[in-house]
Amino acid sequence: MQFIFEKRQSVSRQAIILVPIISFLVSLLLGAILLAVSGANPLLTYAAMGKGAFGSWRNISETLVKAIPLMLTGLGVSIAFRMRFWNIGAEGQLTLGGVAAAWAALSLADVLPAWMLLPTVILFGMLAGALWAGVPAALKVLMGVDETLTTLMLNYVAILFSKHLYYGPWRDPEGFGFPGTAPFPEAAWLPRLGHTRAHWGLLFAVVLAIVLWLVLNRTRWGFELRIIGENKRAARYLGINIARNVILALAVSGALSGLAGACEVAGISRRLQQGLSIGYGYTAIIVAWMAQLNPLAVLLVAILMGGLLVGGDQVQMMMGLPAAVGLVLQGMILFPMLAGSLFTEYRLRIIRPEKTPPALVTTEEA
Amino acid sequence: MIALFTSVLAITLRAGTSLIYATVGEIYTERSGILNLGLEGVMLMGAVLSFATAYYTGSAWLGVLVALLVGALLAAIHAFLTVTMRANQVVSGLSITLFGSGLASFLGQRLGPESNGYYLVGKVGPRFTPYVVPFLSDIPVVGALFKQDILTYLLYILIPLAWFYLYKTRNGLNLRAVGENPQTADAMGIDVIRVRYLYTILGGMLVSLGGAHLSLAYTPGWSENITGGRGWIVIALVIFAMWNPARAVLGAILFGGINAVQFRLQAAGTNIPSAFLNMLPYLATIGILIVMTWWETLSKRIGAPAALGTAYMREEK
Repeated sequence: MQFIFEKRQSVSRQAIILVPIISFLVSLLLGAILLAVSGANPLLTYAAMGKGAFGSWRNISETLVKAIPLMLTGLGVSIAFRMRFWNIGAEGQLTLGGVAAAWAALSLADVLPAWMLLPTVILFGMLAGALWAGVPAALKVLMGVDETLTTLMLNYVAILFSKHLYYGPWRDPEGFGFPGTAPFPEAAWLPRLGHTRAHWGLLFAVVLAIVLWLVLNRTRWGFELRIIGENKRAARYLGINIARNVILALAVSGALSGLAGACEVAGISRRLQQGLSIGYGYTAIIVAWMAQLNPLAVLLVAILMGGLLVGGDQVQMMMGLPAAVGLVLQGMILFPMLAGSLFTEYRLRIIRPEKTPPALVTTEEA
Repeated sequence: MIALFTSVLAITLRAGTSLIYATVGEIYTERSGILNLGLEGVMLMGAVLSFATAYYTGSAWLGVLVALLVGALLAAIHAFLTVTMRANQVVSGLSITLFGSGLASFLGQRLGPESNGYYLVGKVGPRFTPYVVPFLSDIPVVGALFKQDILTYLLYILIPLAWFYLYKTRNGLNLRAVGENPQTADAMGIDVIRVRYLYTILGGMLVSLGGAHLSLAYTPGWSENITGGRGWIVIALVIFAMWNPARAVLGAILFGGINAVQFRLQAAGTNIPSAFLNMLPYLATIGILIVMTWWETLSKRIGAPAALGTAYMREEK
């Protein structure tokens, strides 16, 4: 008897929905074992996490605060991954977006009319992100340089650069030695929703997710991107300009992460300071993968991941458990899913040797 | 002047030891065709569990043993997902990093003594202290090699051994064949799956040992984010070393040297912002990648494993 994995023609629809849900449950189960071993009550902990993340409007708004950058970077990563371009540079694209937005907010305040300042700030953030993703994209399609490594390296260049700015030349002279720029003028603040800290970035994310879904599924360009991701040779045969499409798609991918950075500085901290780059760009990869690169699913998964972060903070405050519980659960969530991908993408076929003489089977085995 | 140079070299080597262990480990993993981006998580797990073990048992060597086990276990997860289940290597590696760093942070706040609120931070445990070799350590410049801790001394054996094994033995040849062209290696009768498992796990053990050097020798004790991004630097250093274990030393020393020089420059009050010095290794790595791809023949000679990052699957015959 022989087992063979055959590539499925199309991924089964049930598997697409079931696999992420099962994966989440499995990671909760593994997390429960960890909690129990370390002497905490798993059920009580999860209940407290759920309450902390979604128990009141205030808590929900805090979950959204964490979910917004995950939505935007998650959308950005999804576009790149759809083309099998492994952009793991969302963290750097977000950071540089924040830097460019801060520059615009602080330097253009006296030049531009007040109503134009915020749109300019956001535009600068998106352009910087697009540039930071466009460079590795160009290196990849024009010269074949591996994008995984270049996008990763550029993260550190961007993060070190931003640190240099708010510790050095951009540091607020009236900041009592606190590393950060001066606060932005009010015209550069991104409006918040009601009395919460959640901001308009949420609206951007929802609108952009819908637009992206339509573009990817209903337009010629979306079709081209899909073909490039699925079969480069077929794309070339159909006369699709791969180089231009990859660079364009990556510019969009980076712009989304840059937008996330701009929203963080203009909506939350209202200055450039420590804490802009706290790993959203890496978590975004989990978000995108768990959402199976579907823009609308990215929104839901981002809220779940944001909830794990806020829930983790809550159990630290209420139960004295490490906030890292949320990070552990986030980190584990993809293991079952990665293991399960074999079954969504491949079909297991069992070949039974039918009445063949044993000698023949052994020669075939080799 | 020479005395100063010698002392800077000694510090550089101390700072570079964890990087060298991890770089050699990742070189072996990547040579088999598996890219493991989980280094940062593995190093953190190695650091926290080796320290906790040493703290409770009183033996730093038991800490080393636990670090090796943890590294093997985490790398085995990566191998299972990417080799057996053929999952995407980038995504699986990043998951290991996120999981490992989260769990290390969790354990750092749970494994400590009750009197310290279960925190490990601030606790002092057994450590590897530098052992100054009499006479040898007095030699100018070279003397820097003989003022180190035992884990650094072990490197003097490990590096030549790692180089010899990779380039001069049958097993090393097989390993390189698997990373270069798994189909051909399979046809030659090499068990591709086995080789990939073996060296991914071996690599993970060395990476984890790099983490243990931090918490047992270089900066003894546990603190959040004790690795400070070293796991990512190693990814760059592997390319810097062009997948050759002997050259891993140069990259690690260069990086450690930049850190050491930076303190000197700051002390001397020069104006070069340290951020730009720190960027150099990353920019240089991108530069190397560009040159390498540009000059494909060079890249073959340099030895980037051609099948790096791709799953191997036996085609139906």
